[in-house]
Amino acid sequence: MKDIRLMKGNEAIAEGVIRAGCDGYFGYPITPQSEVLEYLMMNKPEERTGMIVLQAESEIASIHMVYGGAGCGKRVMTSSSSPGISLMQEGISFLAGTELPCLLLNVVRGGPGLGTIQPSQSDYFQAVKGGGHGDYKMIVLAPASVQEMYDFAKLGFELAFKHRIQVMVLSDGAIGQMMEKVELDEQVPRLTDEEIAIKYPWATLGKPTTRERNIITSLDLDPVKQEKINIHLQEKFRHIEQTEVRFESFMCEDAEYLFVAYGSSARVCQKAIQLGRAKGIKVGLLRPITLFPYPTQEIARLSKQVKGILSVEMSAGQMVEDVRLAANGAVPVEHYGRLGGIIPAPDEVLNVLEEKFIAKNNHGRSAN
Amino acid sequence: MEDQLTKEFICQPENLVYERTHLLTENALSYCPGCGHGTAHRLLMEVIEEMGLQENTIGVAPVGCSVLAYDFMNIDMQQAAHGRAPAVATGIKRLFPNKTVFTYQGDGDLAAIGTGETIHACNRGENITVIFVNNGIYGMTGGQMAPTTLPGMKTATSPFGRDTKSMGYPLKITELVAQLGGTYYVTRQSVHTPANVRKAKKAIEKAISYQKLDKGLCFVEIVSNCNSGWKMTPLDSNVWMEENMFPFYPLGDIKVPK
Repeated sequence: MKDIRLMKGNEAIAEGVIRAGCDGYFGYPITPQSEVLEYLMMNKPEERTGMIVLQAESEIASIHMVYGGAGCGKRVMTSSSSPGISLMQEGISFLAGTELPCLLLNVVRGGPGLGTIQPSQSDYFQAVKGGGHGDYKMIVLAPASVQEMYDFAKLGFELAFKHRIQVMVLSDGAIGQMMEKVELDEQVPRLTDEEIAIKYPWATLGKPTTRERNIITSLDLDPVKQEKINIHLQEKFRHIEQTEVRFESFMCEDAEYLFVAYGSSARVCQKAIQLGRAKGIKVGLLRPITLFPYPTQEIARLSKQVKGILSVEMSAGQMVEDVRLAANGAVPVEHYGRLGGIIPAPDEVLNVLEEKFIAKNNHGRSAN
Repeated sequence: MEDQLTKEFICQPENLVYERTHLLTENALSYCPGCGHGTAHRLLMEVIEEMGLQENTIGVAPVGCSVLAYDFMNIDMQQAAHGRAPAVATGIKRLFPNKTVFTYQGDGDLAAIGTGETIHACNRGENITVIFVNNGIYGMTGGQMAPTTLPGMKTATSPFGRDTKSMGYPLKITELVAQLGGTYYVTRQSVHTPANVRKAKKAIEKAISYQKLDKGLCFVEIVSNCNSGWKMTPLDSNVWMEENMFPFYPLGDIKVPK
């Protein structure tokens, strides 16, 4: 029998990481994602799987606890919301520099500063372009449902260890707080220490006489060696761009106009498409699931098919830059976004599409 | 008789009274001649080796002069961001309670930028060992004022001496962490004389032993010289340390198990 439950997005990913065989969670409370830590504390994963949960004294400590655990080849994670993720950037850069796999969750709220606790998508640049210092990328997964919050726990750990990279689930306050049904799957067993030693020979588990010592460090003062390290990282990112792009297309086959939107905005656009189609406007949606790697090729392909692209984000226009790069001038690309924690309404989004593209195209026609 | 004074003749197994621990690598130490770090490294590695823990130990290196500690310690190690070593060690130890985990940190790392991580790891009673080398100055970056710099002491960023009115007071973080419920054994040692070296080694042995017994965080401060940063000869710096550092940072146990 299927195990289906009604859960909040934050609870779903907490249950997801337990079932994905996570070894340790280190986190600090912040709205709108505190349910992750609360759920984990309430559900005693140490009794269920042996998973450790620790409330740290800060987001800075949390991310460096993740670093310590990840350096031992363990499946570890932290979660936070925008101001807390800003604090973690130091540690994320160190994780990038040492190629340590881990899962990070950002349930985005509006900023800058303390901003608001309402949902936003204004941390796109920080997540996708590298929020900390140095040339690095994370794999960024953008869930648009509570089910995906759950699913991306397992997927995130798989990708993190497959590529030795940090995976960030870039959610938002709406997806984190809303309740939907979630289908749960079987418990993935945690790796034993012996399995870790075999699967991850780089992990610091104590040095046996049979191998050289393992060192987790991002430091190399020799610029020639440091450049090689950086080139290796860049090659890895290019490989990920070739192999890990994920997206969902909705009514794109006959589309004359295209929404590009992720997360909560994508759900708004789905409704806007229904409203538009009822009015005879052939509009579709390209929903990036991975924000890095970005579905550039698919958007480039669609940009030759449609008359206009509207990038819809709860930001002042961040992802739109990547949409424009993908379209590369083939078609007009516009942005629409609400700020400060406001989610745009479907009719509002459709009106913008009509104003920006359709009304313009029809300008001067006597029939309209 | 002269034949008998050759290296080959003297270095016979039966004549062996001391050798360097195998847990120090062959890499040349990056520390200035006369600095206490080398001795502190050796004592820590000797203890790990003598207790048979080399296959079971994970060390955490800081940012500072000892940022490259992993080049010299022949064990698995992680290099932490500045001040975050206690958090990194917490992550390791919570996931591997049976491993021996230590941090090796200087005063800028532990008592300035990492104060929060230090205090909370101590307060949670993380079952790790903290080796804290306090020389009252930022050595690696070129001799700037540290949280532990003495009043009036001249550094690159307090060129006219530390003015406590505008620059604050030296932080006795070791006394501070001794107040916390999670620390089990807190002590202050030095490694500038053979007698002090022996005492410091005993303190490290105790700290690691208590970790094996799951007793909570053990904190070993080693007051050390920084002859380069203090702009003195090694010998003068040791005299200066005795005359100036020790009155403010008195040696001895600060918190001992009841």
